[in-house]
Amino acid sequence: MDDLAVLIEPQIPALRRYATALLRQREAADDLVQDTLERAIRAWPQRREGDLRAWLFAILRNRYLEGVRRRRGIEVGVEALDTIADLGADPEAALGARDVLDGIAALPEEQRSVLLLVAVEDMSYAEVAAVLAVPVGTVMSRLSRARGRMRAFLDLAPTIVTGHLRRVK
Amino acid sequence: MTASDLRPVGEDDLHAFVDGRLDPGRRTAVEAWLAAHPEAAARVAADREVRDRLRVRLAPVAEEPIPARLRIANLAAPRRMGIPHWSTNAAAALLLALGGAAGWAGRGAVPGPGAPAEPMTQAAVSAFRTYVVEAAHPVEVRADGSSDLVQWLTARLGRPVTVPDLQAQGFRLMGGRLLPAGDGLAAMLMYDDDRGTRLTLYSRAGPSGGRGVFRYARADDVAAFSWIDSGMSYVVTARTDEARLLRVAQAVDAQVSGQRDGAR
Repeated sequence: MDDLAVLIEPQIPALRRYATALLRQREAADDLVQDTLERAIRAWPQRREGDLRAWLFAILRNRYLEGVRRRRGIEVGVEALDTIADLGADPEAALGARDVLDGIAALPEEQRSVLLLVAVEDMSYAEVAAVLAVPVGTVMSRLSRARGRMRAFLDLAPTIVTGHLRRVK
Repeated sequence: MTASDLRPVGEDDLHAFVDGRLDPGRRTAVEAWLAAHPEAAARVAADREVRDRLRVRLAPVAEEPIPARLRIANLAAPRRMGIPHWSTNAAAALLLALGGAAGWAGRGAVPGPGAPAEPMTQAAVSAFRTYVVEAAHPVEVRADGSSDLVQWLTARLGRPVTVPDLQAQGFRLMGGRLLPAGDGLAAMLMYDDDRGTRLTLYSRAGPSGGRGVFRYARADDVAAFSWIDSGMSYVVTARTDEARLLRVAQAVDAQVSGQRDGAR
């Protein structure tokens, strides 16, 4: 099990960061990471060679999506996820700007994950494609849409809509 | 300027520029293009700001020491939690009901011999006893390298059938057969090892949803592990020791659930 620890543990800080960005609840995020690691340990004997980081992030994301579906099926909507403050306030928010994490939370999950994996986790587009099991072209179009929405949400820059230029208020 | 720099600037270049993923030659070309396109340059600057703010905001999480409960050594014998514990209590209660309190020993710490076997385990053990002694026709369809077996089982059962690879555990697939099971059908796959030890994997539709722990049962010289997962019930049975059979059960479980997880 030592080999496994040497390989997997370096990925844990990033997995916690991604889980926290998805759930915005520290305890719940660590529960999700724990669930992911348990899954990974069990599936380890069947893992084929390949990108370990992408493999772990794919498990985490799939566990997250399963949990969301299950909760929906039971009674609580995904919107009922608590937002919590212990990430520390967004310094920009104090200046009247909107919280960047609120913007992330408002994205459809597939765009949210792409933006987080690219911008925060520094994954290559090909690696993100592997995590989401979609073609690279799909990653790029989701990234475009996610960035467009984030600019609009944070009121940061003009957005080009169907070839015309307009200011987003 | 190299030929590649002459390609028109695309959306993908702009994203790669924001993400610092352009090689120096291309980056120079994109910078020159942005200087002539202020609206695009403003968008790129905004995308960079979003990127920076996200990174700053989420950085503290990754800089913290990791909680002890996430250490691999502490997870090496994990509690078996099929339903994520961050899911609702209702889900956890459902899982408990399915697993049954008696089955809730931790993974690897299973109830000892004498635990009452469930009806499905009894059926699987009976099937094992019946067919494992068969010299001429232990299986209905042989595994001869073709995919006929999988296709046949899938067609008859009306659901995709996974045939786990147990070579790492020392078992080769012999083949499979169908068995009546209540008002449905069960699939039984048979494997053997170099010493002729035979092992069966019995599966059929089970309680919908949820996941249970591995339950151990022993009847005389035959050992079995059973579990449920996502609407299916599984039993592995063999005349072998508990530890080896548990490894097989774990391998089967990882493969049937790993497929769903996209964990390749």
